[in-house]
Amino acid sequence: MTRHVVVIGAGPAGLAAATAAVRAGARVTLIDAADQAGGQYHRMPTDTYEAKRPFRIRESERCDWWPGAAVWSLERRDSGTPRVHVVRGSDADGDQRRRYVLRPDALVLAPGAHDRVLPFPGWELPGVVTAGAAQALAKGERVAVGGRALVAGTGPFLLPVAASLLDVGAHVIEVLEASTTGAVLRGWTHRPWELAGQAGKAAELAAYAARLARGHVPYRTGRAVIEARGDGRIEEAVTARLRADWSVVPGSERTSAVDALCVTHGFTARLELPVAAGCAVLGGFVMVDGDQATSVPGVYAAGEVTGIAGAPAARAEGVVAGWVAGGGSPERLRAIRRRRDEGRAFAVRLATAHPIGRRWTEWLRPDTIVCRCEETDYGTLRQAAHAQATPLREGARAPGLDARAVRLGTRAGLGPCQARICGPALAELLDTNPHHRPVAWPIRLGELANPPEKEQTT
Amino acid sequence: MTRSRRAYEAVPMTRITVDGEPLTGRAGQTIAGILIAAGHRPWRRAPSGAPRGVFCGIGVCFDCLVTVDGVRDVRACLRRARDGDVVTTQSRAEDTAEETP
Repeated sequence: MTRHVVVIGAGPAGLAAATAAVRAGARVTLIDAADQAGGQYHRMPTDTYEAKRPFRIRESERCDWWPGAAVWSLERRDSGTPRVHVVRGSDADGDQRRRYVLRPDALVLAPGAHDRVLPFPGWELPGVVTAGAAQALAKGERVAVGGRALVAGTGPFLLPVAASLLDVGAHVIEVLEASTTGAVLRGWTHRPWELAGQAGKAAELAAYAARLARGHVPYRTGRAVIEARGDGRIEEAVTARLRADWSVVPGSERTSAVDALCVTHGFTARLELPVAAGCAVLGGFVMVDGDQATSVPGVYAAGEVTGIAGAPAARAEGVVAGWVAGGGSPERLRAIRRRRDEGRAFAVRLATAHPIGRRWTEWLRPDTIVCRCEETDYGTLRQAAHAQATPLREGARAPGLDARAVRLGTRAGLGPCQARICGPALAELLDTNPHHRPVAWPIRLGELANPPEKEQTT
Repeated sequence: MTRSRRAYEAVPMTRITVDGEPLTGRAGQTIAGILIAAGHRPWRRAPSGAPRGVFCGIGVCFDCLVTVDGVRDVRACLRRARDGDVVTTQSRAEDTAEETP
C-alpha cells in the first residue's frame, strides 16, 4: 500500500519535503494555515501570487494541498505515527471550519519560526511591531507600517526588513544591530570556507545592504532600542550604546522621533506541534538525526524548527525529511546532506555573530510589561519568583523555582497567545519550559463539538 | 511608476466597515493591512484598557483580534477582508471574565 505522508507547513522546508516525498513514491497531504504556499520567506501579494503561480503544488492523486488548515492537535499513540487533528475553512479564524482527522504513516513537521522580541519599557505601545510584521505587511500587502521607521534588534533579518520598508515608501531613519562590531565580525569571518556553500545567502544579504546604502540608511552596531515612549502609540524611541554583554553604556542614550519601531532579537522555533507529538527538544529547537528523524518514530522535522539557518538550509532539510518519510532510501542523499550540513554550520555562525547578551534584563524596570496579554510586569514577576525561591534553611541551595506557581499567581504566559511571545523571556527569567500547550492552536468549542469529516482514503 | 505598481492599481477594491467607519483596500488585503494603510494603529484594548494593535503580524500574538460579522476573536493580520465585512473592535477591559482561548 502507498505510504501516506502528512507535511505540516508549506514554507521552503515543507514544500521541499512534499516534493521529495512524492518522488519517493508516497501520497502526500501538504497542510498550511495560510491560503498561499511559500511561508513567510516567499510571502507576496495575492495578485502577484495568482499571476505568477510561483509554487504550483502539483495537485494530483499523489499530493493534496490543504491551504487555510490549522492543525490544532497531534494525538500521540502507543505505537505508530501521531494522528493529525485539523480544522479547515476558507476564512482564517472563521466559524464555518470543518474538522478532519488524518492517520498518516509518517509526519514531517515544518512549522517554521517567528520573531523573538525581548521586552523593554514601552514595547506594548501600538506602532512597536516585530520585524516580521513589518516584513509581512510590506511583502504581502505593499503596506508600510509607518512613515518614519526605526529597525532594531539583532541578526541578518534586520537588513531585508529595512529594504522592504524602503520599497513601500517608508523613511527608515537607521538600522541598529545590538551586537558589537567585534562579535559580528568574529561570527561572520571565522572559518570562511564554510561560507562557500552559502554564497547565495551571502549575495542576498549583500543586495539588501546595497539597497540600504542607496537609501542612505545608516547601519550601526552595538546600539539598541531600550525604551519606547508615546501617548497611546509610539512617538519616540530611546536608543543606547551597548557593551558586548548588552549592558547599557551610561550617558549614550539618544532619543529619535518615529511612528514605527520594528524589532527582532532572533527567532523562536514554533515548537507547539513538535512538543505535542512528544519530540525531544534541546536549546529551543527540535532534535533530529542525520535523516531529519525526531525522537518519535515516524515523525520528521525540517527547517527553522531545527535551527535558524535560512531558506537554502531549510530546503535541504526538507528534501531529506520528505524523501526518508516517503520511504526513499537514505543512501541516495549524499549531496543534499552535504548542503544540509553546510546550512547547519551557517546556523552556528549566525548564533555566534548575533548572541543575545545576558544583561539585557537591565533594560527592564519594575513596571515594564513582560507578558503582553496579561500585562504582568517585571516587578510582579520578580516578587513572585523571589517568594517561591526562598531557601528552606541557612546555607541550603535554593529549591527549584516553582515556575507553575509563579505563572498561576501572576498570570504571566496564560493569556490568549499562551506565552508564544513572552515565553522565551519568561523561560530566561524563571527557568521554565515555555512550549507545552495541551491545545496547539485555539479551536472554537462549536467546531470541537462537530464530528470530524469522514476520511476520504486509507 | 513601476509596472508592478500599475498592475496593482488594477486590483479590485474591497470595502469594509470598522466600527461603522467605511474603509477601502485592495482585494487580498488583510483587515489589519487595510486598518494600518488607513492610519489606524491601535484598535483593541488590553485588560487594563491600554490600546493594542498589530504586533507580530503573522498570527502568533493575538493582539490584533477583531470581531468579523459577529464572530469574535478573529486575527486581523491573518483574515483577508471580503467586500462588505462588518468589523467591530474588541476590548478585554470590558469583560475580563469572558476569556479568549
